[in-house]
Amino acid sequence: MIAHAVVFYIFSLIAIVSAIMVTVSRNTVHSVFFLILDFISISCLFIMIGAEFLGMIMLIVYVGAVAVLFLFVVMMLNVAQQKNEWFVASDSSSHIPVGLLVSLVIFSELLIVIGGWKYKAELQESININLNLNLTNTQSLGNVIYTDYVHLFQLSGMVLLVAMIGAIVLTFRKRSGVKTQSYFKQISRERNEGVELIDVETKKGVKIDA
Amino acid sequence: MPDYASLLFSEVLKILMLLIPVLVSVAMIVWLDRRVWAFVQKRRGPNVVGPFGLFQSLADALKYIFKEIIIPASSNKVIFILAPIITMTLALISWAVIPFSEDFVLADINVGILYLFAVSSLGVYGIIMGGWASNSKYPFLGAIRSAAQMVSYEVSIGIIIINVLLCVGSLNLSDIVKAQENVWYIIPLFPMFVIFFISALAETNRPPFDLPEAEAELVAGYQTEYSGMMYAMFWLGEYANILLMCALGSILFLGGWLSPIDIFPFNVIPSPIWLILKILLLFILFALVKAIVPRYRYDQLMRLGWKVFLPLSLTWVVLTAGYLMYFDLLPGN
Repeated sequence: MIAHAVVFYIFSLIAIVSAIMVTVSRNTVHSVFFLILDFISISCLFIMIGAEFLGMIMLIVYVGAVAVLFLFVVMMLNVAQQKNEWFVASDSSSHIPVGLLVSLVIFSELLIVIGGWKYKAELQESININLNLNLTNTQSLGNVIYTDYVHLFQLSGMVLLVAMIGAIVLTFRKRSGVKTQSYFKQISRERNEGVELIDVETKKGVKIDA
Repeated sequence: MPDYASLLFSEVLKILMLLIPVLVSVAMIVWLDRRVWAFVQKRRGPNVVGPFGLFQSLADALKYIFKEIIIPASSNKVIFILAPIITMTLALISWAVIPFSEDFVLADINVGILYLFAVSSLGVYGIIMGGWASNSKYPFLGAIRSAAQMVSYEVSIGIIIINVLLCVGSLNLSDIVKAQENVWYIIPLFPMFVIFFISALAETNRPPFDLPEAEAELVAGYQTEYSGMMYAMFWLGEYANILLMCALGSILFLGGWLSPIDIFPFNVIPSPIWLILKILLLFILFALVKAIVPRYRYDQLMRLGWKVFLPLSLTWVVLTAGYLMYFDLLPGN
């Protein structure tokens, strides 16, 4: 049990310190790396409480996909320069009210969540899922998601689909004058379409690419 | 307390018994890769150091150890040093869940395949970190290319894994192998095996998808600024990843440790030997592809991943699920 507690405190310490470092570190790319460290230690905590499926999915989705995209965006921006401009410029104060508002909202949400802990016991009684403790995590999740909550599951799938299509529509633009390779065109071209014999008259020349 | 100590000691011993063979075989596999490559091109390949040049990799390793490690002055030093360490570590920790026989597996966890998938999706960080921390244009371009490539092909690998999981009904790697006792999944899921093989090539940055390195354009991509032991670690990690992908392929499609037919001369050969033989077979295929196929163009690579493999494997998931449902073959029923 002691070893378990020690490992738990190590992971939670790493999680908290890296969460603080995300906001504190001056280099934005470092912030993203600390965020990744945070994700990893949180998923280790998930695995420790026996939610191994959740922990692995957290690793695959957040660390393997979402954070990579974060990193992409951050690395592409010339962040170091921008950050210096932020701190030097006098209009940096315009960020402060918005930041304060956001942090206030998050703080009050956290308060509500911690306050809601009081009703945990009543909540647990109101949920009646027949959990079979002999099954693995993955199987029991599947049993619940694909039966009792199938509509919610499909609804969340729809939300993701809408978000995906929205992102494509927002970033899609048709550029004119770009030569793209069409494989079907390329393969279906015959010899007589591609080659043409022309008798060139002297001093008149010939117009190509007509 | 002595209880913990003995437990720790036995676990460490087990880990070493797995890791040292893996590292040695990584060195040997580099030699094999170069030999196969050379034979296809009618060259001799490394044949000087030791019998058949077998010790070439050891000589190379010795050379790397004694070379100076150069850290560029304008690089981000911590991340620069972390990158090869992460690549190497991630390539080695995935071996923990590979089952070599029914009871010879370091960690028989019930989400084994998810663990492998998660670790392989983390592998991209070693490359991104190396490319970014070098603070140089070519490594950065190589890292960006490689990250985009690995993320794209992971999607199709994930969906191919789902195909297999539909037939097995478990995320445990040993269960996946045991489910193939009657027929290896390469037979019913052959198209998926082909796509898996090609995606594995792309995932491990092997030719014809070695755009991140692309010596001609990017002077070896993210590895440009690395030297000495740090370069060797990238290199070891890369080959350990290739071996891992071969192992995953043989577990998912070639029946892992199972012998091809259950008759006398075959079923006395111990199970780990079969797995190793299958890994070697897949690796020789990898090496052959390297020798005979020219490099893809970047837009062709992305097109192949997103417009060909992704729809194909998704369709195959629907087909597999429909087939299993219609004929009432779903596992767990």
